[in-house]
Amino acid sequence: MKSDENDQSSVVWFLTGMRGLFSLPAFILMLSFVGFCSLTAQAGIPPEQVVFMTGMVWALPAKVILVSSMMSGASLAAAFLAVSLSSVRLMPMVAALIPELRTSKTPTWLLLFLSHFVAITAWVFAMEKVQAVPRDRRVAFFAGFGITLVVANMVLVGVVYHFVADFPPIVAGCLFFLTPIYFLASIWHSARHPVVHIALLIGLVAGPLFYWLMPEFDILLAGVGGGTLAWALERFWRRRREIGA
Amino acid sequence: MTWQDGWWAYAFIAIAGWLATDIWRWLGVIAGNRLRDDSEALNWVRAVATALVAAVIAKLVLYPTGVLEQSPLWLRLGAVAIGASAFFLLGRKPAIGIATTIAALAAGLWWLGF
Repeated sequence: MKSDENDQSSVVWFLTGMRGLFSLPAFILMLSFVGFCSLTAQAGIPPEQVVFMTGMVWALPAKVILVSSMMSGASLAAAFLAVSLSSVRLMPMVAALIPELRTSKTPTWLLLFLSHFVAITAWVFAMEKVQAVPRDRRVAFFAGFGITLVVANMVLVGVVYHFVADFPPIVAGCLFFLTPIYFLASIWHSARHPVVHIALLIGLVAGPLFYWLMPEFDILLAGVGGGTLAWALERFWRRRREIGA
Repeated sequence: MTWQDGWWAYAFIAIAGWLATDIWRWLGVIAGNRLRDDSEALNWVRAVATALVAAVIAKLVLYPTGVLEQSPLWLRLGAVAIGASAFFLLGRKPAIGIATTIAALAAGLWWLGF
C-alpha cells in the first residue's frame, strides 16, 4: 500500500516535470532550436540527421561545433576532439547537479541514463527548481522535464526545418541572442550560493581572455582557472567573516 | 566517404557527437556520486561549472555566428548593459532582463538597417 502511494507520487512529480515544457526557459530553448534549424538547413544537413543529432547529442553548443566540423569536412577524429573539448563542461555541471538529485537509494544506472538529458537549459532549470521538490521525488521530476524537453525539440526540429529557410535578419539575430541572455539572467537569479555570482562574473571575463590567449582550450581554461579563482575568493571572504563574527 | 552518405552520417554523429558528449556526462555522474552536497569540493565544482557556462555566454555575445556576426560589438554589449540595468533596477526578474536586452538589440539592428 505504502509503495503504491510512493509510485503514484513519483508519477505526479514526473508530470510536474513535464509541465516544465511550458516555462520561459523551455520556450527560449525551443526558439534557439529554431535558430539551429536554420543553421543546419543552410549547411545542407538533411532533416532526419538533424533530428537524430538533437536526440543523441542534445547539448546545443556541441551540436553547433559538430555541424561546423561536418561542413568543413573534418575527419572523424578531429570532429570527436573538437566536440569533446567543447563538452568537458558537462562533467562539472552534472557533478554539481547529481548531489542535488539523488538520495542514498538512487541507482547509479538511472543517474547515468538521466545525465544524457543534461545540457545548459535543463541544468539551469533543475538547479533552480529541485529545491522546491521533495528530495526522493527529484529524480522523477528531472526525468519528466529532461526527457520531455528532448523529445519536444526533436519533434520541433523535424517540423520547423522545412519552414526556416528565410527568416528576416532581425528575427534571426534576436533568436540567436536569446540563448546567452537567458543563461545569464537565470543563473544570476537562481544562484543560492555566493560563489555562483563570483564565478559567473569571473567566467564572463575569463572566457574572452583565454579565447585570446589559447583559443583551442579557452572554455576549459576559463572554467577551471576562473572557477578556482572564484572559489578561492569566496572561501577567503567566508573565512574572514567567520573569524570576524 | 563523406558525411552525406547514409549510414556513415549517422555513425559520424553517434561517435563525434553522442559519444563525445555523453562520456563527460557519465564522468560527471561518477564524480558527483562521490560529492556530499555540503562539501567544499562541491562548492569548487559548482564554481567551475558556472565559470564554464559564463565563458560560453561571453563567447556567444562577443563572437556570434549568423546574422549577428555582421552586427557591431557596441550594439551587442550595449543591449546587454541596458538589459542588465533593467534587471537590477526592476526587481531582478529574468523575464525583464531578457525582454529589455532583446528589445534593445532589435531596435539597434533595425536602426542600422538589418
